[in-house]
Amino acid sequence: MTTWVFSEEIDGHASASALELLTKARTFGDTSVFHVGAGSDAAYAELGAHGATMVYHLATGDRLPGAPAAAAFATLTEEHGAELIMFGMGNTDRDVAGRLSARIGKPILGNAVDVRVDGAVSVTSEILGGTQAVVTESSGSAPALVLVRSKAFPAEPSGEGVPETTPVPMPDLSHAGSAVITESHVEESEGPDLEVAGVVVAGGRGVGSAEKWAVVEGLASQLDAAVGATRAVVDAGWVPSRLQIGQTGKTVKPAVYICAGVSGAMQHLVGMKDSGTIIAINKDAEAPIFAVADLGIVGDLHAVVPKLTEALQGR
Amino acid sequence: MRIAVCVKQIPDPATPYNLDPETHRVVRPNDQVLDDTDRFGVEVGLQLAAGDDGSVTLFSMSPSGSLQGIRQALAMGADKAVIIDDAALAGSDALTTSRILAAAIEREGFDLVVAGTESTDGSSGVVPQQIAELLDVPSLTFARKVEIVDGGIRVEQQTAGGYDVAEAPLPALLAVTSGVVEPRYPTFKGIMQAKKKPIDMVTAADLGFAADQIGDAGAGQKITSVTAVPAREAGEIVEDDGEAYLKIVALLEQAKVI
Repeated sequence: MTTWVFSEEIDGHASASALELLTKARTFGDTSVFHVGAGSDAAYAELGAHGATMVYHLATGDRLPGAPAAAAFATLTEEHGAELIMFGMGNTDRDVAGRLSARIGKPILGNAVDVRVDGAVSVTSEILGGTQAVVTESSGSAPALVLVRSKAFPAEPSGEGVPETTPVPMPDLSHAGSAVITESHVEESEGPDLEVAGVVVAGGRGVGSAEKWAVVEGLASQLDAAVGATRAVVDAGWVPSRLQIGQTGKTVKPAVYICAGVSGAMQHLVGMKDSGTIIAINKDAEAPIFAVADLGIVGDLHAVVPKLTEALQGR
Repeated sequence: MRIAVCVKQIPDPATPYNLDPETHRVVRPNDQVLDDTDRFGVEVGLQLAAGDDGSVTLFSMSPSGSLQGIRQALAMGADKAVIIDDAALAGSDALTTSRILAAAIEREGFDLVVAGTESTDGSSGVVPQQIAELLDVPSLTFARKVEIVDGGIRVEQQTAGGYDVAEAPLPALLAVTSGVVEPRYPTFKGIMQAKKKPIDMVTAADLGFAADQIGDAGAGQKITSVTAVPAREAGEIVEDDGEAYLKIVALLEQAKVI
């Protein structure tokens, strides 16, 4: 069994999804990593500590990684063999996985919350807002490509050492590989990490505007909670996508999840429905979020949340 | 500029979705709506085409039914539609969908392909990238702002911590988020004109696909089971009377987070 895990270097670290996937992949046997980005010793050490025995590294420089990484990954897996190739659901993961899938003619098993190898590779995914669990089996020839949602597996070090690393040459793709990154902008964030916080305060489109977003941050700060957002809020540019909760964002399971102006689209529910206590504030009494809420307040969040924040002061 | 926009008709998300117990596929009613995420792709296509006297052609693979969703996109202003509707495509996976769309787009000719980031009902989230690879063009994805630059396209692209500015020469593929533009609503005139716009109906065989390459036979995956996940018990729902925040305070105390 030869398993590969895709890793992207973000701010000098291996992607969180890569460490989660390695924790699962090492139970299947030898695992190699295809790592894209700067290539730092710290990232290699993290990958090794989570069970990578070999790391192949592609530095894409100012090129958009999707096309060259897919081409290089296709060559690597052909040379060294592959039964299973695992990706997270980050933007680069999806860019590389989609292009690799088309390049080698293998379908993708997506949105996985569990992966099993029992002769064939099969995955469990949740559809229709997490109300139905679907098991899909790969029925073609190897390798099987899977896209796994965040926090499907906990990242646990195995105690292994630094892995062997091999640089991979940048493939020459001419036109298809010609997209470049000309600028990068990083927005600073404060407060606890969304995926480990005990309390999460999330806002949706119902908050109204970027200017009004402070109402969400104010409550979060009062509760020492992490701030989360729906995809609509990220798409609107009010907050960066690392705050996105849902199918293609983070999966959170805090003790308490408070959301304001969140309607509860299917793609959002799968990212938060396993929280301990769910509290929802929304002016639409028919909003699907109320179906999973332990306490639902039908009302104007801009009236309820400030009062709540004030009441919590000094506690 | 010839702009190809990929669109999908889906069952109205405001209605409950039903799965066929035999095939595990979503049951698709005759009247479907344009996937909301595609309105952004159509709008971007129309704005870019308006800038240089270009054309916008819609491409969609699905049981066409009443074509209601496609007419919505035509009413926004797209010039024509190419619909690949073929019973033999039922059960196709995302890769087959991408192969069909790429073949139809290539046959028609294009300078730019525009797609949404992911569909609302399937959400595989990889079809745009697959199409780009099949067409051998660069892909700019997760775009939140788009502009045409000399011989190419420039986007602001969502990243985990903010955004990047990225550029690619044409021909290229562009996948947009729902923050990229404000989609227009069809006008009455647009709705009337949409009824007369050309819709080409195409089969998989027209595009050169054999029966064993598509549908269930061509899919490299199969659903082996679908089971209901235990639902959360419904909680207490109250109207805010000005004091509802006190209920939240009480619950936070009970949960021992304050």
